[in-house]
Amino acid sequence: MIIRTTKDIPASEITDPLVFRERRKIIKAMLATMVAGTGIAPALADNNNSAWANLPKGDFSADLLTPTPAELIKNYTNYYEFAFNKQDSTKLAQNLRTDPWSVEISGEVENPGIFYLEDILRQQVLQERIYRFRCVEAWSMVVPWVGFSLGNLLKTVKPLSTAKFVKFTAVHQPDIMPRQRNNAMLEWPYVEGLRIDEAMHPLATLAVGMYGDILPKQNGAPLRLIVPWKYGFKNIKAIVKIELLKRPPITSWSQFAPKEYGFYANVNPAVSHPRWSQNSERQLGSGFFSPRRQTELFNGYGEQVASLYSDMDLRHFF
Amino acid sequence: MFLRIDNRWIITIVACLIPLLGLYVDIAFDNLGANPIQALHIRLGDWSLRFLCLTLAITPIQTITKWRGMVTYRQIFGLYAFFYATLHLLAYLLVDHALMWRMVAIDIIESPYIWFGVLAYLIIFSLAITSSKWAKKRMGKAWKKLHRLIYVAAVAAVMHYFLQLKGNLAEPLFYSMIVFLLLGFRILVWVKNRQLHKMMIPTGRRVLVLAEKQGEIPEALRKRR
Repeated sequence: MIIRTTKDIPASEITDPLVFRERRKIIKAMLATMVAGTGIAPALADNNNSAWANLPKGDFSADLLTPTPAELIKNYTNYYEFAFNKQDSTKLAQNLRTDPWSVEISGEVENPGIFYLEDILRQQVLQERIYRFRCVEAWSMVVPWVGFSLGNLLKTVKPLSTAKFVKFTAVHQPDIMPRQRNNAMLEWPYVEGLRIDEAMHPLATLAVGMYGDILPKQNGAPLRLIVPWKYGFKNIKAIVKIELLKRPPITSWSQFAPKEYGFYANVNPAVSHPRWSQNSERQLGSGFFSPRRQTELFNGYGEQVASLYSDMDLRHFF
Repeated sequence: MFLRIDNRWIITIVACLIPLLGLYVDIAFDNLGANPIQALHIRLGDWSLRFLCLTLAITPIQTITKWRGMVTYRQIFGLYAFFYATLHLLAYLLVDHALMWRMVAIDIIESPYIWFGVLAYLIIFSLAITSSKWAKKRMGKAWKKLHRLIYVAAVAAVMHYFLQLKGNLAEPLFYSMIVFLLLGFRILVWVKNRQLHKMMIPTGRRVLVLAEKQGEIPEALRKRR
């Protein structure tokens, strides 16, 4: 079943793909020369034999949304384990060891264990899920993720009734990740969390790919969280551990600056970041002199998720 | 408002436009990355801050090197700080917000980092329009007082930079260090001048005391002093 969200990006806000491809050709040629031999060139090349070409569309995938061009998504990532800017991680992340990959699922569950990613993928139904992605830095994009329902995975290990929260822990590879090696900025490894009802929500996704292919390493390969109604930093990359807990976990950004980044981090234009407005966002791929997009409550997924927060003061639980 | 023109000035004036040319080339070749609007905006802001630092650096350099020739360049650099700040502001209003005034108003009201930018711009604006020799003559002492606000503008500009970042503070730290050094130098000079001024009095007294001990100055004379 495909349920379309009501709000779509108007065609006028999207760069004409033809114009866009022309412009990108130049940049691509330059990048290809610059990074030849570093292992990233194949990642930049067009992939005709993609891993998951024609997957069924997932719940709430608004297929009227036009995805942001892959080249932009691949070259604009906040991956602080590698670099504090959005370009360097594209190259640095290629060193990440992602094969083999296993995920520990433990805590308040009946059947804890360590599971190989390939075994998980054999059990789960992969879908293409086209979701809006809104960064707390007030930029946004539309990404055609390939993934499966987080809730479905959690059900396989049978959460106990005491499981109230879910804690996600990202990979710790300080030899590969320069900022982990230097203990820079955040406490490593990166940790994120959800309330159990948020985690069981059909929109909550574990992504293993995008644009019908394996997830690029800088975008969180091999397994990342996607909760499209929350700010980007909730969408933890390269997950190695999922724990079900009685109490809320301490999450990385919230620990770093608790007054600025809350546990919930729901997209909300009415609740500003203490230092900047969240009222509007710049969509990647939109042209010069084109207006910013008005940010929507819950990033436009209010119809689906607002009931999770019906009795909460969103200003307080930001 | 306009300067006496000689070759070195023309070279300086043209050289200060090179960053703009570089930006133009990068736009033409789509070389600004995945978020070119933000990149353009940041580049213009960066250059404004750099010219502001350069402007502030002139007086200390002059004091240290005792080379008087640079002071006229202060005006050129200051005006360029204003020039790039104006482009930065226009990029914000036109390129990013496409003159959607309601959105602009909400953004400014809700973003403390922008308040500092606005403060810095208002100061630089008022310094730019009073930068001519004619204005300097007409304003007299008030001119110097007004133009000292450049330090407030520099601190506000660095704050503006700091507050819009999610986490990485390396670059604004670099600029705040420079502003701190330049401001610190001025304070040092000021303190030193004050100390020198103070020391003059004890020196005089000490001379008197010495003279008195030796009985060279009669009591009456000392009291008169």
